[in-house]
Amino acid sequence: MSEIKFIFDDITYKGHHGEPMSAALLRSGLLTITNSTYHGRPRGIIGLGVEEPNAIVQLISDTKESMRPATVIEVADGLHVSSLTGVGALPEAPDEARYDKTNHYVDTLVIGAGVAGLKAAHEHLQLGRKVLLIDDQPKPGGHLLHLGMNLPSVLLDIFTNENLTYVPRCTAIGLYDQNYIVAVERRSDHLGEAAPAERARIRVWHIRADKVVLAPGAFQRPLIFANNDRPGIMLSHAAATYVAVYKVASFRQAIVATIDNQGYRDALRLHEAGVKIEGIYDVRQIASGPSIDAAKAAGIPIRFRTAVIDTLANEKGACTKVILSDIDTNETFERSADLLAVSGGWTPIADLPTYIGIKPQWSAKHAAFLVNHTTDILQTAGMLAGEFGGDDDPAIFFGPTLNDEQSRVAYIDFQRDATLHDLKRAVGAGLQSIEHIKRYTTIGTAHDQGKTSGMLTIGALWQLNNSTEGKNHSLSPADIGTLSFRPPYIPVPFAALAGRERGPLSDPIRISPLHQWHVAAGAEFEDVGQWKRPWYFPKTGESMDQAVRRECIAARKGVAIMDASTLGKIDIQGPDAAVFLDRIYTNMFSTLPEGQCRYGLMCKADGIVFDDGVTTRLGKNHFLMTTTTGGAARVLAWLEEWLQTEWPDLKVYCTSVTEHIATIALVGPKSRELLQELVTDINISKDAFPFMHSRNTTIDGIQVRIARISFSGELAFEINVTHSYAKHIWERLWTLGRRYELTPYGTETMHVLRAEKGYIIIGQDTDGTQTPYDLNMSWIVSKKKEFIGKRSFQLPYLQASGRPQLVGLLPEDIDEIIPEGAYITLYSAQADEDGKTPHTGFVTSSYHSPEMGRAFALALIADGLNRLGEIVSIPIGKKVLSATICDAVFIDKENLRRD
Amino acid sequence: MTNTNQILTPGTIGRRRAAIIPEQPPQLWKSVKPKKAYDIVIVGGGGHGLATAYYLAKNHGLTNIAVVEKGWLAGGNAARNTTIIRSNYLWDESASIYEHSLKLWETLEEDLGYEMFFSQRGVLTLAHSVSDVRSKRRNLYANALNGIDSEWLTPQEVKKLVPIINISEDVRYPVHGATYQPRGGIAKHDWVAWGYAKAASDLGVDIIQGTEVTGFDIRNNKVQGVHTSQGTIATGKVGLVAAGHSSILANLAGFSIPIQSRPLQALVSPLLEQVLNTVVMSGAVHVYVSQAHKGELVMGAGTDAFNSYAQRGGFHVVEHQLAAALELFPIFSRAQVLRTWGGIVDIAPDASPIIGLTPVENLFINAGWGTGGFKATPGSGWVMAHTMANGTPHKLNKPFALDRFATGHLIDEHGAAGVAH
Amino acid sequence: MLYIPCPYCGLRNETEFHYGAEAGVGYPDPNTLTDDEWAKYIHIRANPKGWLAERWVHFAGCSRWFNLWRNTVTHEIGPAYLPFTEQPKAPSNIGQEEQKA
Repeated sequence: MSEIKFIFDDITYKGHHGEPMSAALLRSGLLTITNSTYHGRPRGIIGLGVEEPNAIVQLISDTKESMRPATVIEVADGLHVSSLTGVGALPEAPDEARYDKTNHYVDTLVIGAGVAGLKAAHEHLQLGRKVLLIDDQPKPGGHLLHLGMNLPSVLLDIFTNENLTYVPRCTAIGLYDQNYIVAVERRSDHLGEAAPAERARIRVWHIRADKVVLAPGAFQRPLIFANNDRPGIMLSHAAATYVAVYKVASFRQAIVATIDNQGYRDALRLHEAGVKIEGIYDVRQIASGPSIDAAKAAGIPIRFRTAVIDTLANEKGACTKVILSDIDTNETFERSADLLAVSGGWTPIADLPTYIGIKPQWSAKHAAFLVNHTTDILQTAGMLAGEFGGDDDPAIFFGPTLNDEQSRVAYIDFQRDATLHDLKRAVGAGLQSIEHIKRYTTIGTAHDQGKTSGMLTIGALWQLNNSTEGKNHSLSPADIGTLSFRPPYIPVPFAALAGRERGPLSDPIRISPLHQWHVAAGAEFEDVGQWKRPWYFPKTGESMDQAVRRECIAARKGVAIMDASTLGKIDIQGPDAAVFLDRIYTNMFSTLPEGQCRYGLMCKADGIVFDDGVTTRLGKNHFLMTTTTGGAARVLAWLEEWLQTEWPDLKVYCTSVTEHIATIALVGPKSRELLQELVTDINISKDAFPFMHSRNTTIDGIQVRIARISFSGELAFEINVTHSYAKHIWERLWTLGRRYELTPYGTETMHVLRAEKGYIIIGQDTDGTQTPYDLNMSWIVSKKKEFIGKRSFQLPYLQASGRPQLVGLLPEDIDEIIPEGAYITLYSAQADEDGKTPHTGFVTSSYHSPEMGRAFALALIADGLNRLGEIVSIPIGKKVLSATICDAVFIDKENLRRD
Repeated sequence: MTNTNQILTPGTIGRRRAAIIPEQPPQLWKSVKPKKAYDIVIVGGGGHGLATAYYLAKNHGLTNIAVVEKGWLAGGNAARNTTIIRSNYLWDESASIYEHSLKLWETLEEDLGYEMFFSQRGVLTLAHSVSDVRSKRRNLYANALNGIDSEWLTPQEVKKLVPIINISEDVRYPVHGATYQPRGGIAKHDWVAWGYAKAASDLGVDIIQGTEVTGFDIRNNKVQGVHTSQGTIATGKVGLVAAGHSSILANLAGFSIPIQSRPLQALVSPLLEQVLNTVVMSGAVHVYVSQAHKGELVMGAGTDAFNSYAQRGGFHVVEHQLAAALELFPIFSRAQVLRTWGGIVDIAPDASPIIGLTPVENLFINAGWGTGGFKATPGSGWVMAHTMANGTPHKLNKPFALDRFATGHLIDEHGAAGVAH
Repeated sequence: MLYIPCPYCGLRNETEFHYGAEAGVGYPDPNTLTDDEWAKYIHIRANPKGWLAERWVHFAGCSRWFNLWRNTVTHEIGPAYLPFTEQPKAPSNIGQEEQKA
C-alpha cells in the first residue's frame, strides 16, 4: 500500500492509500476526533464502518460532502477533511461531479460479500443463474477482511465466473415491493485527486431481481455504563481490527469488557499484536469455548460476573481508568487502561427486510433480533439469519444498574448525546411505546439512525422494566418492541438521487416544428405544460405591451400568423365514432356533415367543464378532434378509458396526432387575399368555402387541410400540414406575406383577441368548478341526447341560483387593466367585523384592447348574467377600482368579421 | 413562539453547534385501560383526535371522554408530516377554517403550556409559469378579502428572502414570483400532539393506546358503543378522527365515504447549518421544504398514484422530488437523505376535508384532510368538538359536510396546487 | 416501484402505468338514480385494507386498461384480468386485515 498524506483539521497525517481514515488517525495516536453535539464531550472513533456514531467529518477537498463517517472514507492523496460537531455544512461551491443511474434486471441479487453472501453467490452461480453481488466494502470478504484473512479458494473462484457481476463500494439503501432494490455505488471518492473527471461520482442502481439474498452482516454494540463515551473506549472488534490489521500501535494496556466470547477473540488478537491485556471482564457466570481456552492459555486474566460501571479520564478526556463492579456483591474496583474494548453482543443488520414489513424476531440464544426468512424470492443469510459462526454464547445484558448521576453520563446515542437518564425520564413521563421514547430522547435520529443505539435502547428499557418494582416484567427485549428502520440504509446525497434529471433534462421540453423560426424571430416563450410556445414577438426595443398591441392590430386590420401546432389533436376513426363523440361532447356531433367543423365542450361525470376544442368530420367515420394544449394527454386518456372500460361495443379508434400535424393560423381581414396566392386548387372565397368548413388541397404540391376556424373572430384559416412540411408552408407565407405586413403573434395576442370575442380558455376562465351554463353556453348543451356529465346538472347546487357566471367587465378607468385573479365586491362593499369582505366574483382574463382602445376583462360573477350594467368594486391593495358588468362579447357581436 | 434561527452565511465550512432542544416535561399523559362507559369516545389518537378531546374538555366542559388509539399515540400522520402551517387557501370556506386554525396556533403554546417550536417564519409558494402566476395571484386577492396576510413577491424579492434559491431563467421552470404568507410557518409535530395529549389528560380525558376499534354498537341508527380489542365501551357519542383509516371505520359503522387512501412520503436530511429560514413550497415542481429548528431539511413529496395502507411509497417519487429540489436549491446538492417515510393520506374528491354528521346518529366524522392536515390540527379539533358537543356543526365546518357530494357543493382545492400541502 | 403485469406487455415498472381505482364499477343509467345514488357513482370507490380489484392503464406501453388484484397492505400483486372478463377469485386473504370497504 502506498503512503499518502491527508489533512484533518489543518494537520497533515500519513496513511496508506485506500485504508479507512479512522485507521490512519488512530495510528497517528489521535484519539479525540471531535466534541459531542450537545454536551461538548470529547469523542473518538469507536467503530469500523457506517455504524460509527462519533467520527463524522466534513470533506473540504473534492466532493465537499458533509456528515461522512471517518470510518468509511478511504484515504487518498489530497484528501482534506474537517471535524464536525453534529451539524453539517452545505458548501456553496457548485457541485461539478456527475451522478448517474442504471437499471439492472438479474436472476439473483446478493447483498453483502461476506462469507455468507459469497456462499450464496456461489450456490446461485452453480445453478446457472446470473448473479449481481453488491457490497459496501472496497474488497470482498466482509468479516474476514477485519480478521486480515484471505478468502477460501472456492469463494475466490466465483470472481472469474462470467455470470457474476460484482460491484464493490455499492450499498443497498432500500428494499421495496416485488424485489426492487435501490443501491448506491461510490465510484470515485476513494481515488481522491486521481479520480477521472468523466467518471460518475455516484451511481444509483435500480435493481429488479427474481431472487434476493440478504447477507448484510452485523454490528457489534457498545455497553451502557457511566462515561462510556470517552476516547479510548471502542468496540472490541473494531479495536482489535485497527490494531491487528491496520497496525495501530498507540494502545499500551487494554481492558476487555464482554458479554460474549467475541470479547475473548478480540482480546486474543490485541494480545497477539502486543497490547497488554489487563483483563477480560465478563458479565457471565460461566463461559466456555475455544476462545476462552485460548485466552486462558495466553495467560490473560479473566474475571466473571464483572461489569464496567464507570471510567476515568486524563486532562484530554481520554480513558485512563476503568471502574468495575462485581455484579453479585456490587463491590467496585479500579483498573488502568488506555483502551477499553467493549463487546456488547452482535446486532444483525435488519434494516432492509423491515422496509417491506418483515419483522425481526428475538433470539435469546443470540441475544439479538434476527430475520430468518426464506421465500421463493427473498432469503436472509449469515448473521442476519442467525448464523453467528462462532461460539458466542452471549448474555442478555446491556449494562449494569446505574444511579441517577451515573445515568446522566451513560450514553446510548452518542451522536445525539442521549443517555440512560434521558431514557429513565421518558419512562417516568409515562411513555411506554419505544417510538415515543425515541422521539422524547431523540435516540436513533442522527446520521447513523440508531445503528449502535437502537438495540441498546430496547435492552436498557427491558432492564429498566425488569428492575422497576411494581411493573410488569418483560419476558424478553422483544416485549419492548423494535425501532422502525426507514430507508435509506445510509445517508445518500441529494445529487445522487437527482441523477441527471437536472436543468433541461428535469422535464422533457416539447417544441413545435416551427420552434427554430420563432427563436430566430426573437420570440419570447411561455411554458405551457411541457411545451415552449411563443408568447409574443417583440421588435427591437419594444416592450411586451407594445408588441402585443402591434400584433393585435395586425390581426384585426391586416393579416397575422400564429403557430397553433401545440393544440392537442386526436384522430378518431371507426363506424361508431360519431355516436362516441355524441356521448363525450355536450353537443351533437353525429349531425355534423362531412367536411365541416364544430366547437365542442366536454364535461366530467360531475358536470364540470373539462376541455374544449374544434372537431372536424373528415369522413363518415373519421373525425379529427382538437384539444387544449395542456389537455391533450388527459383527453386522449379520457376517451380511451370510456371506450375500453365502458363502451367496448363501440368500434372507435383514437390516435394522438398532435406531433404529426402542424397547425398554422392565418388570421385577419387580409388572410384570404394572402392565402389565395398559395392556394390555387380550390376556391377559398366566402361562398365557396364557408366558415367552419374544412377543405383538402395542396400548397406547392404538399397535401394540406385548411379549415375556416377562427379563435379571434376575424376571417381566419387554419392550415394543417404534416409536421415536416410546416416550416416550408410557414416560410412561404412569410415571404409572400411581406407585402401584407404579415405579423407573427404569440399566445398573449391570441388571448387578447379571443377575450375580446368572449371565447373562453379552459383553465383560465374556468377553474374546475364551472358547468357549461355557468359559462353562458347553454346553447352547447344538447337536450336530445345523453352525454357524460348531463345527470349532474340536476344536482341542487349545480342548478342553484347565484352561481358565478361568465360576463364581461369594463373598468371605469379605461386605461386601468384590472389584475387577473382580482376579486370583485358589491359597489363600495366594506369589511365585516371579522375583517372579511364578501365578494361576488373574480376576474379571469384582463387585457388592454387596441381595438376598443381601452381595458376590458372577463369575470365569473355571481348571477352575473342578470346583473349586466351593475357597477362593482375591485379592491386591489389600498386602491379600489370600479367596473361595469357587461356582456362577455366585446366586439363584433354579430359575427360579421369572420367571413 | 420561537423564531430564533439565524441564517449563517452558507458555504463557510466550520464547526457549528446544534441548536439546543428544550427539555421535555417530566410528566406527559397517563396511559390508562378503558372504563366500561364514556360520554364520548374519540376513535383515533392523532393530532386531530387529541385536539378534539382537548377542546371538548376545555370549551365544552366534557371530560368523561376516551381517546382510543390502535397503535401508539400520534403515530400516524401526526408523526409523519412536514409540519407546514399556513392559511392562504383559495376558497372562503377553506380560508376560514385554516385561518381559525392559524389564529389558534398563534396562542397554542401558551394555551397548552407546552413548547412546540411554533415558528412563524413565513411560507413562500412559488409560481413557475404565466398561468401559475395568474392562479397564485388570484389566491392572494381572495386572501386579502378574507383578512389573511399574503403578499406577492417578485423573483428578486424571493431571492432576498431566501438567498439560496435559484431564480435564474436557465432552469427548466424558472421562478416567476411567489405568494408569501408571513404568518405561516412550522411547528414540531410530535410535540403538538403531545401537548394536546398532556393537556387533555390533565383535564381528565382517558388516553387509551394499543386498542383497536373493531366495530360499533348501533341500534335504531344510533350509536351506543364501540367494540374494541379490549372489549366493548358504551358511549353516547363517537367521533371518527382516524386519518388513514377513515374508510375502514365508516364501513364498520355501515356507511361509505368518498375517500381514497394513498401513500405520501417525506424525508429529512441530517442536521445542517441553517441556510433556509422560510418554508418554500412549489406545487408545480413538487417541492415542499423547510429547515427545522435543529437544522434538518424536511421535505415532502407528492402522493403515490395508488391506494395503500402500507405506509410506504415508491422511491422514484423521492428521486423525482430531489431532482426538482436541486433545480431550485443547487446548494442542496451535497445534503443527504437521511430518512424517508410514508404516511397514509385520506383524499376526498375535492381535496377538502369532511367534518360533521354521518348517516348514523351521534356518530361524527372528521376525515379527508389529504396532504394538508397538520396545519389544521387546532382548528379541526375546535370545530369537531363544537359539532360533537352540540350535535350540529360549527359555522366553519358546515360547508364541509358529507352531504356536499350529493348536492354538488364541492370545495375544490385542486386548482391551487396539484398537491394541497 | 411496483412491478405490474400488463396482460399485453408483461411485467413493467409502475411508472409506465396510470391508476384507475376500483374495478368493475359500471356506468349506471343516470336517469334512474337519485342524487345520492348518482353522487355515490361519481365519488365513491372501494378503499379496502387488503385485496382490491383495481384498474390500471399501461399508458406508456400498449395504452390498454386492465384490472388487477393488489393487496393495499402488503403491496402483493395478484392476477391481472381484462375488463368484461370473469373476475378471478381474490388471492388468499389469510393474514390480512378486514377486506370490506
